[in-house]
Amino acid sequence: MPGTGNILFSGVGGQGILLASEITAYALLEAGYDAKKSEVHGMAQRGGSVTAQLRYGDRVYSPLIEPGRADLLVAFELMEAPRYLPFLHAGSRVIVNTQKILPPSVATGLTSYPEDVLAAVRACDIQVVEIDAFALAREAGEVKAANVVMVGALSHFLPVDAAACEAIINTRVPERFREVNLRAFAAGRAAGA
Amino acid sequence: MKQGALWYSGNEAIALGAYEAGVKVASGYPGTPSTEVMENLSRYEGVYTEWAPNEKVGLEVALGASFAGVRAFATMKHVGLNVAADPLFTAAYTGVRGGLVILVADDPEMHSSQNEQDSRNYAFAAKLPMFEPSDPAEAKEFLKLAYQLSEEFDTPVMFRTTTRIAHVKGVIERGEVECSTVAPGIEKNPQKLVMLPGHARMRRVALEERMARLRAHVETLPCNRVEEGDRSRGFITSSVSYLYVKEAFPEAAVLKLGVCWPLPEQKIRAFAASVDELIVVEELDPFLEIHIKAMGIACRGKELVPNRGELNTAIVRAAIDPASTPELLPAPQLPMRPPNMCAGCPHRGIFYNLSKMKVFVSGDIGCYTLGALPPLAAMDSCVCMGAAVTVAHGMAKALGDAGRGKLVSVIGDSTFIHSGITGLINSVYNGSSSLLMILDNRITAMTGQQNNPASGYNIKGEAANAIDLEQLCRAVGVTDISVVNPHQIPEARQAMNEALERDGVSVIISRAPCVLLPEIKRQTVVPYVNCLENCTGCRACVGLGCPAISWQALTPEEAVARGYREKQKGYALINEVQCNGCGQCQTLCKFDAIVRKGE
Repeated sequence: MPGTGNILFSGVGGQGILLASEITAYALLEAGYDAKKSEVHGMAQRGGSVTAQLRYGDRVYSPLIEPGRADLLVAFELMEAPRYLPFLHAGSRVIVNTQKILPPSVATGLTSYPEDVLAAVRACDIQVVEIDAFALAREAGEVKAANVVMVGALSHFLPVDAAACEAIINTRVPERFREVNLRAFAAGRAAGA
Repeated sequence: MKQGALWYSGNEAIALGAYEAGVKVASGYPGTPSTEVMENLSRYEGVYTEWAPNEKVGLEVALGASFAGVRAFATMKHVGLNVAADPLFTAAYTGVRGGLVILVADDPEMHSSQNEQDSRNYAFAAKLPMFEPSDPAEAKEFLKLAYQLSEEFDTPVMFRTTTRIAHVKGVIERGEVECSTVAPGIEKNPQKLVMLPGHARMRRVALEERMARLRAHVETLPCNRVEEGDRSRGFITSSVSYLYVKEAFPEAAVLKLGVCWPLPEQKIRAFAASVDELIVVEELDPFLEIHIKAMGIACRGKELVPNRGELNTAIVRAAIDPASTPELLPAPQLPMRPPNMCAGCPHRGIFYNLSKMKVFVSGDIGCYTLGALPPLAAMDSCVCMGAAVTVAHGMAKALGDAGRGKLVSVIGDSTFIHSGITGLINSVYNGSSSLLMILDNRITAMTGQQNNPASGYNIKGEAANAIDLEQLCRAVGVTDISVVNPHQIPEARQAMNEALERDGVSVIISRAPCVLLPEIKRQTVVPYVNCLENCTGCRACVGLGCPAISWQALTPEEAVARGYREKQKGYALINEVQCNGCGQCQTLCKFDAIVRKGE
């Protein structure tokens, strides 16, 4: 659909993609957009590659992003950025957490983690924003908030302002995690500028 | 988002729909992508919900509630409907008192399933009406319509979703809470409810009469609607496929079917006559296409659109206009990232042992099916819920002495209760010789930690009876029963070897809780750490495939610099953050290179 924005979140099961995509979706919904988001549960969540697909616009029909039409890819793990190149197009933007999580074949020494994985992405005329979300989250006080660091970096490229995202964190995140997540968001926003 | 609107998944929307429809009793068995319907419904006041041991039980419970005059709901995934097919076909004969809806969630693409089946065929075969929503908002609206239809036509109603409805979030709105049109109570009606052949023959006639009335009724339903557009190419579609058609061909005229069985023949004829070319777009089987062609209407469907896997806008567009196929950026070669058992998963210890034993492992459905993947690769068959037990028995009978000591079935606690018990009864009764391992982690884990009859809690987390698995096995005639701790790998191995040496049916219960259980997650983890100076690079712990353990390769120079032998190819490193403290790796380390932190 013309006028529909497509954001693909990719990463490894357990990295908190769900919360990150939820904060983003609520910020867009509050700004008056229609939206749909698709996730996969079950078998796919056990440490494997996972995605969430978020689409927004005046009226969204399909919950799935067409290959070649994602405008933004938010990759929560380094290798999970190039894996989704077929979803992107020249001019797409990739925000990537530079943290590495070893897949089983690498962890057991059968193969090695590929070198310079982002070169393939850059070669396609795609702008890459690298974020050390793990370190930023640790500085913010909770390594598990790396997902919200990523939302902070993403917020530069959303048609909503940072305050709208912070408002969602204030209303949607359980109170005991709120402060640390606001700090994580701010750190990500600063790093993504 | 409008004031009061909700951002809900299809499953959350269906749960709200069931509440608003006045459902009073709901029963189901967890199964992706259906699970969250019952989980969410259990949080609403005034609705009785339960996890049943299997889908057949769940549907029969719902049918009983309907006979008692309340609105009832049964939920399951597509393969669960196979299990519930027996009551399904006869419930079509008895009809209902309170409205009865059967939710079935199909999983095209098999994101979390062992097969891909199109449950619409059941609506045709069982002669039941079936609704098919396209998104969360429709799912809630249609569910309420389904209850009205159920009571108006005295019929169970089927309700089909797929992964891309169940696990898609969209904007929905709350509606009015309705109630059943019948009053609860005991009402005897043996001609209708006792399906003796004499009664059933009469109900068979009633069933056809009901279908005829339904066929007329679906012509009038607004959820079967024509969306005006360019008539040079018209589409008939339903479910999530409708959304892809709307995006791929926004100008085209569309007949959107909210009820996929029975079909509104007059509406379809009129639409077909009004378009130059008729194309049917549907996921999986050519269900609509076959029945439209049977009406003598020319159309194209599966000659264009794939009959397997999920569709999406790009697939639909390219199927119909091949010239539109876009050139995509190439994906680089990258190591795959398949799912894996969690760090600290008790199943890992058992599969590690099985990987070292020369046995055929007959597996089953659950997290532990991941034991089939490398590096453990210790599962040799997995078919359906409960088949671990029965397949091993069949092999034992086929192989006789040649199979002795070589056949192991592996099944989880929830799957055993679902449909492993009858298989065990058969194995004992018919003199099998095999080892059954029940992996008792106290929970239905794969679908997201649902309680089951062995966990000691009900769906609401309230205390409930916990089946004593040892006693149950004893009661069906197993005499050789032992319990092992899967984290103690060598001890468990010894018990497994000894059991295999014995004739007859042996049961070993491997007992340790799932690490994802909330009460386990709340505990402070004392991780294991390496004494790197002791590591010889033997790779014993790496062979577990634990996500917390990684192999660090070394060049001869690096090895020497670290004080290792020049030949040592590397060392194992435990990631303390990921370690869940199960200690399996320590039980495998012969060189004191792994210790509990602080010890």
